[in-house]
Formats: sequence, structure tokens, C-alpha cells
Amino acid sequence: MKRPENLAFRLGTGLFGLVLVLLVAAIGVELVRQSWLSIEKFGLSFWRTSTWDPVAGEFGALPFIWGTLYSSILALLIATPISLGIAVFISELCPNRLRPVLVFFTELLAAIPSIVYGLWGIFVLVPLVRSIETSFPPSLKALPFFSGPPFGLGMLSAALILAVMVVPFTSSVAREVLKAVPVAQREGAYALGATRFEAIAAALYYARTGIVGAVLLGFGRALGETMAVTMVIGNSPKVTLSLFAPQHTMAAVLANEFSEAADALYLSALVEIGLVLFIITLVVNSLSRLLIWGMARPMTQATA
Amino acid sequence: MTPGTRRRKFISSLFVVSCAASVLLALVPLTFVLFFVVSQGIQSLNVAFFTHMPAPVGEAGGGMANAIVGTLILVSLGGVFAVPIGILSGIYLSEYAGTRFASLVRFAADTLNGVPSIVIGVFVYGIAVLPFKQFSALAGGLALGIMMIPIIARTTEELLLLVPGTMREGALALGATHARAVFTVVVPSALPGIVTGIVLAVARIAGETAPLIFTSLNNGFFSTKLTRPIASLTVQVYTYAQSPYQDWHRQAWAGALVLVGIVLTCSLLARFATRRLENISSH
Repeated sequence: MKRPENLAFRLGTGLFGLVLVLLVAAIGVELVRQSWLSIEKFGLSFWRTSTWDPVAGEFGALPFIWGTLYSSILALLIATPISLGIAVFISELCPNRLRPVLVFFTELLAAIPSIVYGLWGIFVLVPLVRSIETSFPPSLKALPFFSGPPFGLGMLSAALILAVMVVPFTSSVAREVLKAVPVAQREGAYALGATRFEAIAAALYYARTGIVGAVLLGFGRALGETMAVTMVIGNSPKVTLSLFAPQHTMAAVLANEFSEAADALYLSALVEIGLVLFIITLVVNSLSRLLIWGMARPMTQATA
Repeated sequence: MTPGTRRRKFISSLFVVSCAASVLLALVPLTFVLFFVVSQGIQSLNVAFFTHMPAPVGEAGGGMANAIVGTLILVSLGGVFAVPIGILSGIYLSEYAGTRFASLVRFAADTLNGVPSIVIGVFVYGIAVLPFKQFSALAGGLALGIMMIPIIARTTEELLLLVPGTMREGALALGATHARAVFTVVVPSALPGIVTGIVLAVARIAGETAPLIFTSLNNGFFSTKLTRPIASLTVQVYTYAQSPYQDWHRQAWAGALVLVGIVLTCSLLARFATRRLENISSH
């Protein structure tokens, strides 16, 4: 029997659910609306040119998208093996009593606010990176990765700090994914005489789609990370492979220039950067969720 | 043992050691960050930090009273926006878990959760700052609220699902309407969990800076007006950290220590409450 009160309850709570859907749509619509001026004026050349000159009214966002992608990919290269190592150690290797303690500590990494990482970055990490950079052997400085003067502020510091911030997310999802691998699968490997490494490698292979999802989730986090990166990357729009060079990211240029953007075109160009950041993270996160859901249904957030 | 077996065993131990090493490697930055925040922050943290206004450049001491109050106001505003929407949509998600619309809402929640906080700031600037030509505490609270909604919705959903189905069925069998069963039986028994979700959301957004720098901006004076710019701990730490003054750097570290204190307290509270709740529901 269908009661009208029950229908009212369903519609009433559903309405609040609708708010979430509308919010996501509103963000997309509003960003497009606010950036329309810039989209119309520059079209695709916005993403192909590198001149960022608010005074002359010329806007090219290539250095920002480059900086965002480069820093995030570097962060992933550092964070992925470490995150997987942590996930394997916690879920497969460590004694049961140690497990909650380690989970707590890795999640603590996710709880520390971005601004605190940034503060630490400016006063502790950057001087440290600078001294590493100055003591770099000159022969290696011929490589494009290590060219340029050592500032400390720059891509290397940003990538390191991003890696630290990404590890708790990737490792917690990787742990959930490993948990979803049937025990029989590992027992089978051991029964065939596999070593620990071989059994775990088989489990990792079994869980590969979920693992890729976990890595992508970390990628999504890194792309949108703002404060810590802004404070250590040097904020200089340049397209270069050099790890030592100060660079810029999409999120950082928004944090730095948004409240100062006086004219409409400047503001519109900044919003377009926000729009593209929104679209990229949306795609990366959706893809990652799809892959993870194929394996297990963990909470996609590191509960710290 | 054949050489092959020996090699395989060697690789295996090498693997185990490197997994353990990666755990240690992750703990290095954690201790490093916490050590500096505590050791640097504690030097400037005193009663005046909580009760005094920021000191002018060149004058040592002073405090962040306005920023602490500002952060409390902003987080409360965020809660006012987010708690009703978060809880009620969470109820929808758990009660109608299988429906297609629930999947859509869940997708929207996860998407919202993944939107970079700076983009939320740009969005709120467009809808709540630009039309009124005025940075305001309300805009900042709205930005934080939007970030809280998906966290509260998803935790409410997960925790309501932990309530045994038999309790709901019992209420329904006694002739209660669905709404009555949910609000008088299911929600009360999951209430500690729902509160936990809110605390968790607070922990997550109290440390946010990016959505505030162009919504609530900053304010050098003590202000509680919701339609005016307002100071916050995070933006204040950001401003101080970027300044060239030693005194301000010291204040920034103290601010960071207070922030970490707030965030960790909330996280720990949420953690203990969740564990208790999970224990109860598993018995």
C-alpha cells in the first residue's frame, strides 16, 4: 500500500539530494558564464600561448596548465611507490596490533591543513632544497632537469610537498582495494610455493584496476592542491623541464591574482583557468571512482 | 636450496624491507612538520595570542583574537548551510539506496568532494561576492558550507546503513509512516554517528584557506558583521607567512599550531566516536 506521507518523505529528502546535483551543475554553469568573455576572445589560443600580461590584456595559460600537470605527475612518481609500499605493509605484512597505529599516522598526514604544509615548506623545506640544489654536481646540471640557478622555491619543492600530501589518499584507497582481493587467491599462490613477494605481486596484479584508480585519485588531489604549492613553487609562469626553476600552477595563479583582477577580461581569463581545472579534476576523479568501484566500494575519502 | 630459490627468497625479503621502509619514509615528513609547528609555534603561543588583536609591523607580540573568532564564525556559518542539506540528503541516500536518483546524488556528492577548494572559491565569488560588490563573512561561510555538504551526506549515509534493518522494520510493522520510522527510530540510534560526520567535516574545512581568500578576504580589525570581510586563522597565517617580518613569521607559526590543534582534536573526536559506534552495531 502506498501512503501519501511516504511519498512526501521520499520527495522531501530527495529534494535535498537534488541540491547536491544542482550545486555541481551550478558550478559548471557559473564558471562558463563568468569566463565567456575570455573563451570568446581567445578561443583555443588561450591554452597554446604563454604570454600572461594583464596590463596589455593578453592572456595565455599554457605555463599554468604545464605547471599543474608537471608538478602533479612528478608528485605521483614519488608518491605512488611509497603509497603502494605503505598499503602492502599495512594490509599484508605488519602485525595486527601495529595496524591501527600505522593507519592513524598515515591519515594524520591528510589531516594537516594545506596552509601548514605551506608554512613549513617556506621556512624548512625550501632552504633544505636550496642547499641540495647548490651542492648539485655541475656535470649533472647539463641535464635539462637540473638547469638554471638554485632558488629553492620551485618545481622540486612543490613536487615534494605534493607527494607528501597525496600519499595518505592513495595509500588508504590502495589498502581498501587490496582488502577486496579474495584470501583464497593469496592462499593459492602460497600453496604453489610462491614467496611472499610473488604472492603479493599476484594480489596486486589481481587488484590492478583498483590500484590505478587509487593512483588517479591521488592525481586528482594533486591537480587541485592550492595553498602549499602556491607558497613554494615560486609563482613564475614558465614552461620548462627544469626542477630547479620557479614555475606556476592553475590553482596558484587563482590564489595569487584573483582578488586583484580589476578588469573584466582579466577576471574572465582567471575564471577560465578555474573552469578547466574543474573539468580536469572532474574527469580524473570520475575515472578513478569508476575503477575503484569496479574492485571494492570503499569510502573515497581518507577518513582522518 | 637451489640458486634460483635463494634468489627468489632474496627478492622477497628485499620487497618486505622496502615496504617497511616506505612506511618510515612517510613518517619522516609527518614528524618533521609536527616537530616544527610545535617547537616554533609554542614560542609565540600565550594568552595574549587568543585575547589580543594583531600587533602593527615592528611591534612584537599581539594576537589573533579577531582571526580566531572569525574562523569560528565562518565554520558555524558553513555548518548552518551544510548540516540540514547534508543530513537530509544522507537520509535519502541510505533510505533509497538502490534508486537511480540516489546513484546520481551519490555521484554528485563525490564529485563535489573532489572539486578543488580554490574552484569552490571562484564559484562563490561569482554568485555571492560579485553581485553585491562586497567580500563578506557570508560568502566565506557559503564556500565552506559547500565543501562540508558532501562529507556530511556521505557519512550520514554510511552510518544510517549501520543501523540494523530490523529496527526500521519493527517501527514500520507497528504502523509508523516511513518518515516517522526514520526520524524516531533510525536517526536517533545513528545520532552519535551523524554528529561525528559533522565534526569530521569541521575538521576538514577549519584548515581551509583557498576558498576564503577571495570570499571572506581578511580583516585587520575585530568584526562580527556577516556582510563585511572577516579575518580567519588560515588567511591570517597565509598573510603573515608571506610577509618579510620576523615578528609576523612567529605569529604565523603560532597560528599554525592552533590550527593543527583544532583539526587534530576534531579528527580524534570523530575517530573515537566512529569506532564506538561500529563496535555497538557489530554486537
